[in-house]
Amino acid sequence: MWADALTKFGNAAGAVVVFVAVLLLIFFAAGRATGRVSKPLAVTIFLGPALLLLAVGLIVPAIRTITLSFYNDDSSKFLGGSNYTWVFTSSGEQQILLNTLLWIIVAPVVTTVLGLVLALLVDRLKHQGLYKAFIFMPMAISFVGASIIWKFVYNYRDPSQPQIGLLSQICLWLGWHNPPNWILSHPLNNFLLMVIMVWVQTGFAMVVLSAAIKAIPDEITEAAVLDGARGWRLFQYVTIPMIRNTLVVVLTTVMITTLKLFDIIRTMTGGNFGTQVLANEMYSQSFTEFNTGRGSALAVILFVAVLPLVGYNIVQLRRERATR
Amino acid sequence: MPTVTFDKATRIYPGGTKPAVDALDLDIADGEFLVLVGPSGCGKSTSLRMLAGLEDVNGGAIRIGDRDVTHLPPKDRNIAMVFQNYALYPHMTVADNMGFALKIAGVNKAEIRRKVEEAGKILDLTEYLDRKPKALSGGQRQRVAMGRAIVREPQVFLMDEPLSNLDAKLRVQTRTQIASLQRRLGITTVYVTHDQVEAMTMGDRVAVLKDGLLQQVDTPRNMYDRPANLFVAGFIGSPAMNLVEVPLADGGVKFGESVIPVSRTAVDEAAAAGDRTVTIGVRPEHLDLVGEGDALAKDGGKGLAVTVNVVEELGADGYVYGTAKVGDESKDLVVRVSGRAVPQKGEVLHVVPRSGETHVFSTSSGARLSD
Repeated sequence: MWADALTKFGNAAGAVVVFVAVLLLIFFAAGRATGRVSKPLAVTIFLGPALLLLAVGLIVPAIRTITLSFYNDDSSKFLGGSNYTWVFTSSGEQQILLNTLLWIIVAPVVTTVLGLVLALLVDRLKHQGLYKAFIFMPMAISFVGASIIWKFVYNYRDPSQPQIGLLSQICLWLGWHNPPNWILSHPLNNFLLMVIMVWVQTGFAMVVLSAAIKAIPDEITEAAVLDGARGWRLFQYVTIPMIRNTLVVVLTTVMITTLKLFDIIRTMTGGNFGTQVLANEMYSQSFTEFNTGRGSALAVILFVAVLPLVGYNIVQLRRERATR
Repeated sequence: MPTVTFDKATRIYPGGTKPAVDALDLDIADGEFLVLVGPSGCGKSTSLRMLAGLEDVNGGAIRIGDRDVTHLPPKDRNIAMVFQNYALYPHMTVADNMGFALKIAGVNKAEIRRKVEEAGKILDLTEYLDRKPKALSGGQRQRVAMGRAIVREPQVFLMDEPLSNLDAKLRVQTRTQIASLQRRLGITTVYVTHDQVEAMTMGDRVAVLKDGLLQQVDTPRNMYDRPANLFVAGFIGSPAMNLVEVPLADGGVKFGESVIPVSRTAVDEAAAAGDRTVTIGVRPEHLDLVGEGDALAKDGGKGLAVTVNVVEELGADGYVYGTAKVGDESKDLVVRVSGRAVPQKGEVLHVVPRSGETHVFSTSSGARLSD
């Protein structure tokens, strides 16, 4: 076994050495080039590998996906836009679009508002670093891990048995003797899944918003206090407008994460019980139903939906950088 | 318009033991322009912020008119403040910045607009009312900050070094504008600065603070002519007053080779405190040069010998920075000379103080002894 590992390691090291040698050779050759060829050669050598990787990893697959979305399940027959028509007209798919829409509105808004409230509250505490660390910690857990944790929380057992689901047990303690099977209850289950997303992302929102609030100069707050603004009105007229850009960035960032949401659904319900969303449906169509055309069409829709959010985010960041 | 009274007002910062402002007693008259001045860390800004309500008062009281405002929140004190960096709201237009206090107070929109436009006219901001602060120059932003204070028609104006972010020329210009605006509006004003020239030129009265303690409150003229102690003497005036520690002698004090007369009471007071020396203060313009010939005839001595190090020529006159040997140590002195007859570097001048223009301070306590 050791010998095998050693051979493999030796091969890998050999490959690296050969790679570096080839690179050095190319650089050496380029360095010796003079006159009119030297500049285009340098551009090619430095830009070439990046462009190649970009093409292989991003551009070609994107074009291919868009092309495939106009073909049938095994990509043998051109269908025109009928895959798209199916997404927007089939009742199952409409439910998925509705779920996705619900997700990208509710989850980011709740996350941002909760993050803002926590930022305001925690900033007034002693040892705020400690509390912030605790609130931020779920951010370090993958969505799959978080989902497994919450699967236990939402676990259902017959009320007469000892419970392992925290939510059910709390309901029993509070005197609700017959709590439902949470994950099966539509449409409640959608919101229960959103709680996981909020739980993971709130720490991020809190930390970023807390930094933005602290960046407001003290004098401006003091001036507003002297002008008679206190409490809610200070918040409404001074704090909120001054962290507006950050709020938008946080909201759109969480929105993009939500739009691409896949892991939570996959782990918790597999898309059953009326909880399916776009990204998971794309996977199911492509790799469970083996309908490449429909899967590709869903991927393209997802891509087009994310574009404006990403674009808006970039513009916003640029503007912020320009004002600094 | 009301008066402002600091009655033994004290501020101790949390965690500290030494007060930042120590039992400040100050009466500011109705409509007066009072300047708080002192080196950084002297407590002048803290005093202002205590009056504004931005800083807690740990002892004593602050009154505006007859009203005790010591523990009132800022908004109930009817004051307006201009901050050093203006603290304009970056997301609001100039007009919204100026009208914000009125908006919070629930004044109707037409009334706000009328008042803002009025203030805009006074401050020459009419064409900028719909711009954001970002699009204004430093001087314009400063005027917006002033406008924000004016629009509120407060009982008291507070200004915290409002000119320190302007360039030198604009600062001089704005200085007179603020002073004349204050006289026109007649609003009681407390103005904080570290610049003694600003203090002397703008204030009806000047209050000098050091280490949280009030040193002297007086009109600029009196502050210059009769500084109450060594610190004020050294702080007010530019270039600073020459302060020389000299031994007591028969009939006065020994200043170099001359004996200069000092009042009997001053000598007695110094002697009573057990001092053998006093500190003599002479402003640069009150040191007269004595020639070789007339010196003996005049005072029976050649005065103090000063070796010239640097000469600053300002046109009309010049300042000579030199070193003199006083007792065993060498002492830096500044002498004002006529711009037409400046000495060369390395030359030795003999100087005596002009009679009646010397200030005598106790070496041990620093207090003024002469009257």
